[in-house]
Amino acid sequence: MLNAVYRLVEPRKFETEFTDIDLTDDKVIIRPTHLSICNADQRYYQGKRAPEVLKKKLPMALIHEGIGYVVHDPEGEFKEGEYVVMIPNTPVEKDDIIAENYLRSSKFRASGFDGFMQDNVAMGRDRIVRLPKNIKKEVAAFTEIASVSYHAISRFQRFSHERRNHIGVWGDGNLGFITALFIKYRMPDTKLSIFGIDNDKMSNFTFADATYHVDEIPEDLRVDHAFECIGNAASGVAINQIIDNYINPEGTISILGVSENPVPIDTRMVLEKGLRIFGSSRSGRKDFEEILDFYDKNPEVVNYLDYLVGEVIDVRDIRDFTKAFEADIHKAGGKTIMVWNK
Amino acid sequence: MNFGVVLAGGIGSRMGNVDKPKQFLSIGDKPIIVHTVEKFVLCGEFEKIIVLTPEQWIGHTKDLLKKHLTDMDRVAVIQGGAVRNETIMNAIKYIEDEYGLDDDTIIVTHDAVRPFVTYRIIEDNIKAAEEYGACDTVIPATDTIVESLDNELISNIPDRSKLYQGQTPQSFKAKELKETYESLTDEEKEILTDAAKIYVIKGKKVHLVDGETFNIKVTYPYDLTVAETLLKGVN
Repeated sequence: MLNAVYRLVEPRKFETEFTDIDLTDDKVIIRPTHLSICNADQRYYQGKRAPEVLKKKLPMALIHEGIGYVVHDPEGEFKEGEYVVMIPNTPVEKDDIIAENYLRSSKFRASGFDGFMQDNVAMGRDRIVRLPKNIKKEVAAFTEIASVSYHAISRFQRFSHERRNHIGVWGDGNLGFITALFIKYRMPDTKLSIFGIDNDKMSNFTFADATYHVDEIPEDLRVDHAFECIGNAASGVAINQIIDNYINPEGTISILGVSENPVPIDTRMVLEKGLRIFGSSRSGRKDFEEILDFYDKNPEVVNYLDYLVGEVIDVRDIRDFTKAFEADIHKAGGKTIMVWNK
Repeated sequence: MNFGVVLAGGIGSRMGNVDKPKQFLSIGDKPIIVHTVEKFVLCGEFEKIIVLTPEQWIGHTKDLLKKHLTDMDRVAVIQGGAVRNETIMNAIKYIEDEYGLDDDTIIVTHDAVRPFVTYRIIEDNIKAAEEYGACDTVIPATDTIVESLDNELISNIPDRSKLYQGQTPQSFKAKELKETYESLTDEEKEILTDAAKIYVIKGKKVHLVDGETFNIKVTYPYDLTVAETLLKGVN
């Protein structure tokens, strides 16, 4: 079947191209309904990736956060009309030790190959997970970024020592909000502090025990562990602030923010304090299954995530893509959702 | 109930030389008609997809669809009529015989040689036909349209902002379409170019549905080149 794929061909320019989907193989065909724009998409859209990267990757359909409903399943495992979340990570091998999202051979939607801005998306049947019935679709649209936070916290629980009296989250953006929220619900007995630069945004972190502007952190404040949810050059400033001033010895720093360039780190103090620093990126099927179960059991979490739903833009025309991406650039915060009627 | 009606009428005959009808030419590695029928099969709202083709091509069409589709249960290939609207009437007769016809029976009629139709266009057609009774898929006219009554001189240049180029699908409440068509005189039937005009000459409303510039009709060899260009890579 000829399938319209809406690819970014150069920064700020989308074009329609077609692929041929083979309906006779095992793929499940999904009609996207709600797509969420991520900063990674913006870096392509605005041409902020290195020219050689853009040259190599474009044309490519953007968006790796999204949901849709099943329109065709040759095996009949999924019913037509069933809503699913689409998993962008696409492994091509199995490994008993290394998670699918860290296998160097894995491909990722809207990075290594076409994302979800398509008329229909052909997904491997292990790349979709059924959505709980009552979940709000605008929130479900950004399950992927939430699964990344969830995944990082699961790894934190594996890697860190068990004194978790006080955890700090650096970053007051979407990733910081989601990560902090999940920490609060997964480790309710832990004191949770947020460190950011925008007091207005931090006022939304009502579930946290305390919020601090990064320039006004009490000198004697200490956290047992920290999460960095900032990215880019500022992540270096935050990581060094954590290392040098606020983390207790043998604490764990979880890095989640993506930086385009290398970030210098005060390794002397990492050594002196015996810190553990680990990175997390993307997520796999297990994380998606667990987070949807988590949503199901904690509906109030979904209500909190609803705060993040920013502009919801009806997309019917190729010009609406630009409208959505430009609106996303100028947003104060939150997630921009495209209701996919293209 | 909703039905897809795929019109594969062209027999491609010209001065006794029978060319292969365009719907059987391939884009990528599949015939155009297969691509088109696949779009309809994917839309779960259709009870049946009825493909209408000249009698001599019925067997060939069935063979091609069987070869490429996993599920032929929802597809029927039947004989078309002498002209487009007679072909549509054959489809309605088939529906009437097999399922019965009521006020809510919707048909989404589509050219077999427009394989780039999208899911959204088909869905919008079903919704518009349900709500308004009849709809036509169009895009705004890009070229200035010039009218000449004598083929020599311009008689009129209509305001382009009010002009659209018709595509397909065209969708209707089948019972109403049939009754309206049957109420036409032979003279009225002769001036019909498409099904929407059945409504227009009777003063009935036809709603517009947004098409797409790429929802092209593969008619000339040039169109096939464009179609192949649109199909870029299997990323």
